Amino acid sequence: MTKSKKEIAARVPMPNQPPDVRRNNFEEVALGYTKEMAIEEAKRCLQCKKPKCVKGCPVEVPIPDFISHLAKGDVEKAYAVIKSTNSLPAVCGRVCPQEIQCEGACILNAKEQPVAIGRLERYVADEYMYMDACDLISAKPECPFIDPERKVACIGSGPSSLTVAGYLASRGCKVTVFEALHEVGGVLVYGIPEFRLPKEKIVAKEVGALKELEVEFVTNYVGGKTFNIKELFDQGYKAVFIGVGAGLPRFLRIPGENFIGVFSANEYLTRVNLGRAYDFPNYDTPIIRGRKVTVYGGGNVAMDAARTAQRLGAESVHIVYRRTADAMPARHEEIEHAVEEGIHLECLANPIEFRGDEKGNLTSVLLQRMELGEPDASGRRSPKPVEGDTYELETDLAVIAVGTNPNPVLLENEPDLKLNKWGYIEVDEATGETSIPNTYAGGDIVTGAATVILAMGAGRRAAKEIARRFGIEE
Amino acid sequence: MANTILKKEQLIPGQTSKLVIDAPHIAAKAKPGNFVILRVCEKGERIPLTIADTDPENGTITIVYLVLGKSTALLEELNEGDDILDLCGPLGKATHIHKGGTVICVGGGTGIAAMHHIAKGHHEAGNHVVAIIGARNKDLLLFEKELKSFCPEVLISTDDGSYGRKGLVTELLKERLEQDKSVIEVVAVGPVPMMAAVSKTTEPFGVPTTVSLNSIMVDGVGMCGACRVTVGGKTKFACVDGPEFDGHQVDFMELRQRLAAFSSMEKESYEHHCRCKCNDKK
Repeated sequence: MTKSKKEIAARVPMPNQPPDVRRNNFEEVALGYTKEMAIEEAKRCLQCKKPKCVKGCPVEVPIPDFISHLAKGDVEKAYAVIKSTNSLPAVCGRVCPQEIQCEGACILNAKEQPVAIGRLERYVADEYMYMDACDLISAKPECPFIDPERKVACIGSGPSSLTVAGYLASRGCKVTVFEALHEVGGVLVYGIPEFRLPKEKIVAKEVGALKELEVEFVTNYVGGKTFNIKELFDQGYKAVFIGVGAGLPRFLRIPGENFIGVFSANEYLTRVNLGRAYDFPNYDTPIIRGRKVTVYGGGNVAMDAARTAQRLGAESVHIVYRRTADAMPARHEEIEHAVEEGIHLECLANPIEFRGDEKGNLTSVLLQRMELGEPDASGRRSPKPVEGDTYELETDLAVIAVGTNPNPVLLENEPDLKLNKWGYIEVDEATGETSIPNTYAGGDIVTGAATVILAMGAGRRAAKEIARRFGIEE
Repeated sequence: MANTILKKEQLIPGQTSKLVIDAPHIAAKAKPGNFVILRVCEKGERIPLTIADTDPENGTITIVYLVLGKSTALLEELNEGDDILDLCGPLGKATHIHKGGTVICVGGGTGIAAMHHIAKGHHEAGNHVVAIIGARNKDLLLFEKELKSFCPEVLISTDDGSYGRKGLVTELLKERLEQDKSVIEVVAVGPVPMMAAVSKTTEPFGVPTTVSLNSIMVDGVGMCGACRVTVGGKTKFACVDGPEFDGHQVDFMELRQRLAAFSSMEKESYEHHCRCKCNDKK
């Protein structure tokens, strides 16, 4: 068969709020495709026989399949296909790093821009979010029969647990999700800001779809404190999934870190997102609105914190990073958005001391200028201090986003749970099972801080194994 | 999990109240030293309160609070039969209780209620518990009767001398330590200056001193570090590493400053009181 080289159209751009408008509000930045845009973009997909994109997706969404329905304008079928493996498509379409996952694997990368799989997933999910969940999840006319004997407990209500819940509930298991905070969603509600992931419109809706499958959510219940794993088995749960996240924030361990105005990114973002402190005093949780803000770290959390500070009215926001901008682990798109919004990247700088006034308020930070050294064995040029070159930057709000450590609350109280040398839970690679039989774990409490979609992949792996032992699958 | 208020008692009208709350899951697990985080209404903030007592058989916990700002004012608006929207616990490490002698438990202001639970734990473990409690005046003194029910000695001081000894709790404590060499531990719960003063008083005697710190908290489960304090030169999270620490190691000055971090906003919020639709949650 001769095949003339097909001209591939350019990727359909995503409409965004203009930077000078969005930097003053908490509304979503990316506005989403229209139906016409989505269909046009869907038609760029080559419908590969052996699609690489699916392998690039941690929850293996049948990507060409949903895109082909979408290209024909059948959004409902497209949604059913996505939902067959992904419990949170509206979330994933927004926050996944597609460039290193599905889109990174797209065959079009060789010559052109890859298919905008994330944007298409988002379009489909948003369109069908409001339909009856049971119709769509299973693509059957009614909800599956939930067997009250097949009881599964999830500890934590972040992306990994929600994936377990969605997978098992759609296969007839009775799932209860225990959450320590007062709102369900884990990092989706306390971490990722409203302008990237709307809470009422998206997160609450995805959770609502799980409730229709009789998933029960119990808030204000703390694993290791209010209850322990053994008690769950005593209550008749047949399997337990631990998805409690990484939690405990890391600090810089430099002088002055406890001045007023120095926050962990977790605290800063939890106050603003979970506490809705951006709407203080209509909401009661307060937040310090910095005038000169500095953020430490180069990941997505740093971008989120910096962009949040900008929206809370900062005069200037500097992201302080000890390497160069191209080495930042944040998604390229997030860095771009941050810069468009007026955020400064203060690269090759390392904080060495916070300074404050006599009342304990932060006033400035002392930075050490860095330079790139000779390439090391791995070929990477690591930063080293430029001797004697320090400078002071005025700052009244510092947000530290340099990662997290495993949260001890559950782990300390479950001595039978085997941990690895970094203090995270050790699991069987293939099944996600921990050292306690029928107890699984996944997400950041196993891997350390990673991405939403990797946590979902881990949830799916454990859910599959639970389903297999119930005799539901294979 | 309705968190229904079964009993409300105004200990000091308009200022301090005691609530007995139906919370069997917390009552079953709570130990002296633990606290809860609660949220009164949809737009409310999360605030920590120490568990002053528990009754596991009846499935209740007791909390005592001082009306200090908006959130405690909202709590004060609730009556018997009302539910607390969110109640989470028991949180924090339990008091480390070892048996073997006399323990002096010092309480100041609302802290007496929190101290009461710790004193009770020491009593139940078989220790001889001496309670020293203080307030500005007679009318502001809490939990005297409750403490007398199990403490062989309850020493009282008031700032104005309207009841008990005139002066500060630290004076009573100092005298006691001078007379009594059998004291194995001093526990102090109350305002930061009082806990600092107690720690300073016990230091020359070399008596181990435990303080229960009331730093600002958000989640209460170790996620954020809002409650961080410096203890022995190291940063600790009061919600998971504490709230009880060695009083001789705590940087009280820093704690005091950090507690004032949001004072202007707290005032603003109180003045904005109350758009919070507490009764809309039906």
